[in-house]
Amino acid sequence: MNKILIALSALLLISGCSSSEKSITGAGATFPLPFYNMIFNEYRDSSGINVNYGGIGSGGGIKSLNEKVVEFAGSDAYLSEEEMASMPEVVHIPSCMGAVVMAYNIPGCKALNLTGEIISGIYLGKITDWNDPAIAEVNPGMELPDLKITPVYRSDGSGTTFVFSDYLSKASKDWAEGPGTGKSLKWPAGIAAKGNPGVAGIIASTEGSVGYIGSEYSFALNIPAASIRNRAGEFVSPSTESISAAASGDVPDDLRFMITDPENAGAYPISCFTWLLIYKEQAYDGRPEEKARELVNLMKWVISEDVQSLTEKVHYAPLPAQVREKAMKALSEVTYNGQQIR
Amino acid sequence: MRDRIFKSLLFLSSLLILFISGGIFYSLFSGSVQAFDEFGIIGFITSGEWNPNPGNEQYGALPFIAGTIATSFVALILCIPFSLPVALFNGEYFRGKKIAGVLGTVVDLLAGIPSVVYGLWGFYVLRPIVSSLGLSEQGLGIFTASAVMAIMIIPYAASLSTEFISMVSNELKEGAYSLGATRMEVIKSVIFPACGSGIFASYVLALGRALGETMAVTMLIGNTDNIPTSLFDTGNTMASIIANQFGEASGLKLSSLIAIGLLLFIITALINLLGKMIIKKFTK
Repeated sequence: MNKILIALSALLLISGCSSSEKSITGAGATFPLPFYNMIFNEYRDSSGINVNYGGIGSGGGIKSLNEKVVEFAGSDAYLSEEEMASMPEVVHIPSCMGAVVMAYNIPGCKALNLTGEIISGIYLGKITDWNDPAIAEVNPGMELPDLKITPVYRSDGSGTTFVFSDYLSKASKDWAEGPGTGKSLKWPAGIAAKGNPGVAGIIASTEGSVGYIGSEYSFALNIPAASIRNRAGEFVSPSTESISAAASGDVPDDLRFMITDPENAGAYPISCFTWLLIYKEQAYDGRPEEKARELVNLMKWVISEDVQSLTEKVHYAPLPAQVREKAMKALSEVTYNGQQIR
Repeated sequence: MRDRIFKSLLFLSSLLILFISGGIFYSLFSGSVQAFDEFGIIGFITSGEWNPNPGNEQYGALPFIAGTIATSFVALILCIPFSLPVALFNGEYFRGKKIAGVLGTVVDLLAGIPSVVYGLWGFYVLRPIVSSLGLSEQGLGIFTASAVMAIMIIPYAASLSTEFISMVSNELKEGAYSLGATRMEVIKSVIFPACGSGIFASYVLALGRALGETMAVTMLIGNTDNIPTSLFDTGNTMASIIANQFGEASGLKLSSLIAIGLLLFIITALINLLGKMIIKKFTK
């Protein structure tokens, strides 16, 4: 009996000690997880502050922020007006950029051009064969086989699906009036698999399949991706340059905006941001000012040029200068008891 | 003194289990109230529409109930030709022999393999076979999921059936032998009538296990939200829709998923209760 008591009190002591270490907790989107893991490790080494980030999905992250379980949330979609109204004011800080790429498996086909209309037609079940005239028209000189198309989509709710469907809703009227935009949808055609690995796995082993995958996953594994026609009429393949090019338009002050289907030349049309969310007023739940300052410093560090230059190492794209400036400004407006945090 | 402490510890821990199951039921129930309010209990169970599109959200559990029942029963049927011979081999022909022990251990080992490993095997080995036979376009669907699940539930069905078969009293069997019955006839007219309900119960419990299987099924069923119309059609089960959609769900959708969880909880509990009741009646 005594031994157990001693063991228990020792355990308590150990856990008591470890919590005195400085730490910041966050949770949310899994899409930027490889990037966050890398930079938060670096942050611990350079500043001594431990950043714990749990990849539990954007929805879970927002829920945790709302319940004040975490200090920041990661999300692939900005908060809707409804969500904004349901919690104290939240600041959106973009942390890096990515894209959604179209992977395909057509025997003997090395490069493929697609348009938003065609992708929507495939996922609506209207274009069912690879030798469809609509596909032949944008792939001149290519011999496309008489093969059935199997569209593959994500079975789990996902920011990737959100970005993909947001693009299709802009590019195709039929899509906007049909399945629409969301993290999960009612799909008229195709089969589903869990996560990027699931979708990529089905495409790799099914002839005639096509599916959408997060760029961080496809770049890392060198999965060939189709070039998509942008608003400027060019067929653009996804790359860090063409993704960053998508964000060179107007940036709103609250940084809540989608960059799918942009008008700029050279832009890959299914590009996206991922955001870090923090409360604008940091004096809540009896938080000391010290913690608020540490959090804001972390955010500033993430959008700094040095850290942004690391994005490509893990297959994301850096934020354009204009977005970083706006994000810096948004961070300078974060307060503690109404006072600016210094 | 020590005795009393031990006794109260036991009492407390068993009470805790009761509280936990009660708590699970309560939180599932309170979480699903919103969905039942919106669609009605009957409406929720009988609606085949699953549309998460914001604005015209509509959730019904029928496709997933259908998928769960289809996969579980097909798996159960597919597992009988393997588990019953194993049970007879271990419980009658080679009862107590070394080889029976080896076979029993190997079959029990099947139960220890993580479900995701079965899923991977199904994905990379079974799926290409199904699609190259031309049974379905991409090889995913009810049949592929059921076939893998059948292997997973063999140990549950086989080990319990073995117990019941070996429990049949020797007097009965020897009586039959002395009348000139062959081994086949003894199995057919003595063992099966004597422990048939026990064997039945072990399959009921295996079914209960199949109902809740998640990971392997998710990887193999195709995850489409429709009511499957054939053995090789894709579909979705109650457990796999929850596993797939839970992470990003909120509001009415979350409540609908919890409601599906509640339905699954109740169905599995009823199936298990039925199995236990049959066994109790049989062993009396």
